[in-house]
Amino acid sequence: MATLTKTNRRDFLKIAGTTAGGLFIGFNWLGCDSPKMEVLSDEQVLSQAKNFNAYLSIAPSGDIVIYSPNPELGQNIKTSFPMVVAEELDADWKKVRVLQANLDAEKFDRQLTGGSGAMPHSWERLRKAGATARYLLVAAAAKEWAVPAEEITTSEGMIFHKGSGKEASYGDMAIAASMLEAPEEVALKDKKDFKIIGTPVKNVDSRAIYTGKPLYGLDFYREGMLHAMVQRPPFGMKIKSVDDAEAKAVTGVSDVLTFDNNVAVIGNSTWPLMKAKKLLKVEYEPDGSVESTSDHDRIFREMLDTGKAEERRKDGNVEIAFKNAAQVIKAEYQCPFLSHSPMEPMNFFAHVKENSAELIGPTQTPDRAASSAAEILGIPKENITVEITRLGGGFGRRLRADYADEAVKISKLINAPVKVTWSREDDLTGGAYRPAVRYRFEAALDGDGNMIGYKLKGAGINAGNSTRENNFPSGAVENVLIESIDHKSTITTNAWRAPITNFLAYAEQSFLDEVALAAKKDPVEFRLALLEKAKTNPVGGDLGYDADRMIGVIKTAADKSNWGKNPTISQGFSVYFSHRTYVAQVADIEMENGSPVLKKITAATDCGMVINPTGANHQVRGGIVDGMGHAMYGNLTFENGLPTQKNFDKYRLIRMKEVPQIDVHYVDSGFDPTGLGEPALPPTGGAVANAIYKATERRLRTQPFIEQKEFEDLNLVIKRS
Amino acid sequence: MANLNLKINGKTHTVDVEEDTPLLWVLRDHLGLVGTKYSCGIAQCGACTVHLNGEAIFSCSMPVSIVGSDEVTTIEGLSEEGDHPVQQAWEEIDVAQCGYCQAGQIMNAAALLKKNPSPSMEEIENAMNRNLCRCGTYHKIREAVAKAAKI
Ligand code: FES
Ligand code: FES
Repeated sequence: MATLTKTNRRDFLKIAGTTAGGLFIGFNWLGCDSPKMEVLSDEQVLSQAKNFNAYLSIAPSGDIVIYSPNPELGQNIKTSFPMVVAEELDADWKKVRVLQANLDAEKFDRQLTGGSGAMPHSWERLRKAGATARYLLVAAAAKEWAVPAEEITTSEGMIFHKGSGKEASYGDMAIAASMLEAPEEVALKDKKDFKIIGTPVKNVDSRAIYTGKPLYGLDFYREGMLHAMVQRPPFGMKIKSVDDAEAKAVTGVSDVLTFDNNVAVIGNSTWPLMKAKKLLKVEYEPDGSVESTSDHDRIFREMLDTGKAEERRKDGNVEIAFKNAAQVIKAEYQCPFLSHSPMEPMNFFAHVKENSAELIGPTQTPDRAASSAAEILGIPKENITVEITRLGGGFGRRLRADYADEAVKISKLINAPVKVTWSREDDLTGGAYRPAVRYRFEAALDGDGNMIGYKLKGAGINAGNSTRENNFPSGAVENVLIESIDHKSTITTNAWRAPITNFLAYAEQSFLDEVALAAKKDPVEFRLALLEKAKTNPVGGDLGYDADRMIGVIKTAADKSNWGKNPTISQGFSVYFSHRTYVAQVADIEMENGSPVLKKITAATDCGMVINPTGANHQVRGGIVDGMGHAMYGNLTFENGLPTQKNFDKYRLIRMKEVPQIDVHYVDSGFDPTGLGEPALPPTGGAVANAIYKATERRLRTQPFIEQKEFEDLNLVIKRS
Repeated sequence: MANLNLKINGKTHTVDVEEDTPLLWVLRDHLGLVGTKYSCGIAQCGACTVHLNGEAIFSCSMPVSIVGSDEVTTIEGLSEEGDHPVQQAWEEIDVAQCGYCQAGQIMNAAALLKKNPSPSMEEIENAMNRNLCRCGTYHKIREAVAKAAKI
């Protein structure tokens, strides 16, 4: 048996090596109080480590390597996934190092970041990956010690047999265990025995981030690579002529070439390309509809008034309900296009060779980047590798492969490795936005203020279905009609953090506030009564949501915010279910010196079990800041196919002094974990708008709030305590 | 093209670049110091924040020819072991989401604390308001600056 080293020594791991590409791949930071020890590099560990499964290798040194397959863009998956594996393994977290896996369709399933779906999809397979390895380590020890496996226990990377007093580390048993046959079935821990899950484990990349290591796609560099930037056309336009004489004359520019409908400038570093791009003289001509925001305002009206919409849901008979109504409430809500604007602009590296290609960069969908490259190049997808860097934000923008495609096409054209970089202006003008949508709501109330009819017609611009027809209040109202209509535009759109619901929730929750007030009911009681009906007597069969869980977050948010208890505080309520998670929010406004002061947002979330409270708080707070920022300030308007806001001077993002205090609470419903990257965002706009109405009787039905006339002389102040 | 001697993180580097090249791109493309980030390029977001003689500046909007013999400090040179009080506080509070803005946030916070070792919350906010964080880590940044002031 290998000698037992004291495994609880607190290794201080210095920067842990680089891959062949020079990209920093992994790190583990264990606190500055620990002595510095001789530490193996990732390469050294990997060269000795025994592979247990796609996720997990263990080295004789006891070092554990856990691969995280999904792209990390700030949702903390690179920390939370390995926590789940390490939990079932009973690993010593201090011995775990996490590496980002490359695209590998054979080893991993659903290697993408989107839809807040990674954790629910992988929860069980991650647990099994850890539990299987633990089983094998125990089996190896049982064999070596000739004792029954059932008598063996494990804890923090150690294996014990009480009867004989024997003990060994996971490292000691790694080789023997890796040679055993993996069991088909393996027992998982009881959730109450979890030691790592549920604790605030720190971001595994934090030290690399705080010391400026090259982690992101934009940081990638390879000897001999060229840089490229691309001039793209306005929406609905095509190139008529290109005059590149001045651009070509810029020192550092080696080439200017036209591909598809784009002009690429190529050179040896970024700055000359930024200069050259401004010197390009490209003339465009229409190639389809060239649209402006004023066109969209007209198109919205046409679609809502006369457009033939698709019926998404119909319960009962709305015509009769509205005819018999004691009161009908109608309102329209509108939201603008938005850019995703992650802080790291789009970029990708590609090296196209004869029958293969190497891709490296920030992508939410590495598989799509590979498929798309294979199609462009006409080579088998298996010949394409994709290395996933850390993403400086995504928000849905990096679900598209357009910027990776550009790198592939340019690399092929110039027959050299190349990194394509987008400027911020490129990012704001280059498309794939959150679609603009306008909704028309109608509600019918009976003489007692009960909602007996509900109509929603959504009109979108490249939004697809702009409704979520099976969400609340469907199921809680007898007579419902939900319709959607879409305008096909040349302006490209894409999923944007909490697609559709990022605006629908605000519109619907504001409208329900209007309805509750018209019915002279408390907004919380009004929703609870509807949910009670949905629960006991659902309309239209199965509900698309769990009424009990929604009631749970509503009650918790009301309780934690002291809903309605303090008459000097004007509170706005909102609740939404999206991506399998339930979130209710209350915004608090107090009047100070005649001005409304937004002081606090209280959130109650039911995402099932919380894996990492730090990460969860980040997602809830971040989602609320995002929801509030875009409701207040975000606006992308168009003039002849071109966005008016081209950088952060005009496209306003929320800043530190514009966020209120945010209190975060969780409802422990006992369910398996669901995602949190998106669900906290949708309710925020509604909570804020409803609080503003309560305080000032100004109803904000259009975003962004600051550009509405109702907001002009409001003097809203935002404070943090 | 100009041959310039730049003092960065305590060392002198010679670069041959066009004079209008922003310090940011000299750091990133010519010296491989990619910890300093590009995001807007027009002095709006703070991702590119470095120190020039101890002052926080936007390196995207500082032509390299103006730097002269002034001392530049980047995130890579803020501390030798990565243990500047601000870095420690960021680690402790676990500030980052995507992390892309954080080098700029840290450099801005470090410059603030050098000038004002125990800032009030209002002073912290006034100084940090110029740095955008698209992920919305503002609450943690406030907390971490306050914490760093106590280390
Ligand atoms: S990149 Fe310099 S301020 Fe934004
Ligand atoms: S942590 Fe992502 S931009 Fe700040």
